[in-house]
Amino acid sequence: MSPSNPLTGTAGRRSVLLGAAAAAAAPLARPAIAQERKLVVGVVLPLSGTFADQGRNNEDGIKVFQKIHGTKVGNITVETVTRDDQGPGSGDLSRRMTQELIQRSRAEIILGYSFTPNALSAASLLTEAKRPGIIINAATSIITERSPYFARVSMTLPQLAASLGTWAAKNGVKTVYTIVSDYGPGLDAETWFTKAFEAGGGKVIGGARTPVAGMEYSPFLQRAVEARPDGLFSFSPGGDVSVAFMKQTKERNIVGSGIKLMVTGDVVDDNLVPAMGDALDGVVSALHYQVELDNAENKRFLEAFREMSGPNAMPSYRTVQAYDGMALIYHALQQTGGKTDAESIMNAIKGARLNSPRGPIMIDPATRDIVQNIYIRRGQRKDGRWANIAFETIEGVKDPAKA
Amino acid sequence: MSGLISILADGIAYGMLLFLFSIGLSITLGLMRFINLAHGAFAMCGGYAAVVLLNGFGVPFLLTLPIAAVLTGAIGVVLEQLVIRRVYPMPELQQVLFSIGLAFAAGAVANILFGPQQQPMLLPDWLTTRVDLGVVEITGYRIFLILFGLVAAGALVALFNATLFGARVRAAVDNRRAAEGIGIHVTRLFAITFGLGAAFAGLGGALAVGFLGLDPTFPFKYLVLLLMVVAIGGPGSIAGSFVAAVALGAIDALFKYYVPEVGSFVIYGILVLMMVFFPKGLASRRAA
Repeated sequence: MSPSNPLTGTAGRRSVLLGAAAAAAAPLARPAIAQERKLVVGVVLPLSGTFADQGRNNEDGIKVFQKIHGTKVGNITVETVTRDDQGPGSGDLSRRMTQELIQRSRAEIILGYSFTPNALSAASLLTEAKRPGIIINAATSIITERSPYFARVSMTLPQLAASLGTWAAKNGVKTVYTIVSDYGPGLDAETWFTKAFEAGGGKVIGGARTPVAGMEYSPFLQRAVEARPDGLFSFSPGGDVSVAFMKQTKERNIVGSGIKLMVTGDVVDDNLVPAMGDALDGVVSALHYQVELDNAENKRFLEAFREMSGPNAMPSYRTVQAYDGMALIYHALQQTGGKTDAESIMNAIKGARLNSPRGPIMIDPATRDIVQNIYIRRGQRKDGRWANIAFETIEGVKDPAKA
Repeated sequence: MSGLISILADGIAYGMLLFLFSIGLSITLGLMRFINLAHGAFAMCGGYAAVVLLNGFGVPFLLTLPIAAVLTGAIGVVLEQLVIRRVYPMPELQQVLFSIGLAFAAGAVANILFGPQQQPMLLPDWLTTRVDLGVVEITGYRIFLILFGLVAAGALVALFNATLFGARVRAAVDNRRAAEGIGIHVTRLFAITFGLGAAFAGLGGALAVGFLGLDPTFPFKYLVLLLMVVAIGGPGSIAGSFVAAVALGAIDALFKYYVPEVGSFVIYGILVLMMVFFPKGLASRRAA
C-alpha cells in the first residue's frame, strides 16, 4: 500500500495515482477506521426574483444552525454549496442545479426546494443518482411519493387546513363559507378543510375560487357575507395578494360582524403582518411555528438568529424549516456513524425524532413526511405590534392526505 | 339589492383606481405615442416615495401624494432628456424593448434599495373606516378614489382639449415638423408632457399601494390591466380611458358577484371582443 491517501489530497499526483492503483488491486485492504472527510450538502433555493426573500429566510436558517452546532459531525465536516433556482416556474432550472450540485460539486445530500414544481422536477434525478433530498418548504402532499429519497421537514398544506377544520368544528362553528385561490394549493386547502370540518359535524355552505393574482375581493366577500356563515375559511398564496385579501376583510368588517375568519398560517406569515396591520385583529390561523413559542430550542435558535441578523430581526417559519433540515442531516450522520450512502442516511432519517424550535417533530417512517404540532393562533396586538399568538396546540399532526 | 349597490360602488371605486393608475400611460403611450411599458416603473417610484415618506418621516398621507407625483415627474423629465427622447423616432419594437429594459432595471434597483419584501402601507383611520351613505356602506378610501378620479379626469380632459398647451401637444405629436415650423418648441414640450405622464404614474402608484401592495415586481404586475384600460379606452383619449376603467371595474365586480365561477375572465373576453370589433378603442373616432 502507498502511504498516501487519495481522500486527503495532500500527496502528489503520481502517488495518488499509485495509491489508487494499489487500492484497485487490493480493494479489501481499505483502512477500517473512518477518516477525516468532508460532506457537501447541495442547497437549491430561490435567491433571485419575486420569491427571493423566501430563499433568504431559508439560507438564514442554515447559517443559524451551523453557527450553533458548528460544521463538524464526528469526523465529517459539513459544507454547503448553494444554487439559485429563481423560484416557481423554473422547474427545469431546479433540476439542472440539482444535477450540477451532484456531479460537479459532489453533493451527497440535497437540501432545499421552495416550490412544488421545483421539487417534483428533481425527483427522478434524486432517485437515479441515489441522493437524499430534504425538502424545506414545498408543501404539496404528493411530493414525497415521487422519490424514495425525499424527506420533508417543513409542512404540508393539508396539515394546516385540516387542523383548522377540526378546530372550527369543535369550537361552535357550524357553517363555513370558503374562499381559496384557484390553483393546486388552494384546492388542497379547500378539500382538506372541508373534509376535517364536515367530519367534525360542520357544514360548508358555499365557496368561491378566486384568481391566483386577483387583488379585488369585495364581490367574493359580499357573497360570503350574504351566505351568513358562522365562519369564513380562506387560503391565498401570500405576498401582496394575501395582504390585499386581509385588508379587504377588514374593510368589510368580517370579523367585527361576528364571522370567524380562519386562514392557513402562511397567509398571515410574520413578514406580511406589518403590511396587514389591524386587519389581523381576531383572525384565527393554523401554523407549525411562531416566534413566541416557549421552549429551550426556540430560545437558543432566537438568540443565535438575533446575534446574526440584529436584535429586532424576526425569523420566518421558513428559517426554522431550513434550520431543521440541517438538524435532520446532522442527526442522520450521527446515527449512521459516518456512513453517507443514501440508504444509510434515509434509514436514519425515517423515524428520526428531533427537538425543533417549533416543538418535537418526527419523520414518519412510512411516508418520510413530517409529523408535528400545529398551533392555532389568534391575531392580536402585543407589545405595540400585531402578532399571531397561539392559544391551542394540536399535537403530532400527520399529513392527512397520506393517513 | 343593497348587496348589488354595494358591489357596484366598490367596483366603480376599483375602476377609478385603475383609471388614476393608467392616466400616465394614457399620456405617454396614448398622446405621445411612445410605447411606454416602463409606466409601472414610474408608478413604483411614486409608491416607494409615498411609503418612505409615510412610514419613515411620518408625513401625512394626503401630503405624500403630491410629493410622490412631483418627485416621479422630475425623474421622468431627467430620464426623458437623457435617454427617452432619443427613442421617440425609433420603431415600435425598439421602444418596447427599451422601456421593458428600463422597467426591469427599475425593479432591480428597488430590490437593492428596499429589499424584496412587501412594503407596509397603513392608511389613516378616516380612510379605512366604512361610511354609511344611506343606500350603501363604503370605505373612506374608495370614496376618496372616486372623487379624486372625477377631479383628475375633468382637469386632464380640460388641459388637453381646451388649453393652448393641449393643442400644442396634439399638434406636435401629429406633425412634428409642422409644429416646429410654426414655432412650437417641441423638445421642451415633450419633456414637460412626459414629466406630466410620469408624475401621474407616480401619483397613481402612490394611490395604488394601499390597495395593491408594493414590492420590486410592481412594474410588471399590473401592466396588463393598465394596457387593457388604455387599449379599450382608445389610445390618446383621457375620457376614453376613464369610461373604460370605470366600466371594467364595475363589470368585473358584477360578474364576480353573480357568476363567481367565470366572473374573473369576463373582462379579458371583453378585451378580445373590443380588439376585434373596435381595434382603436372606444374613442376611435378621435384617433388620427
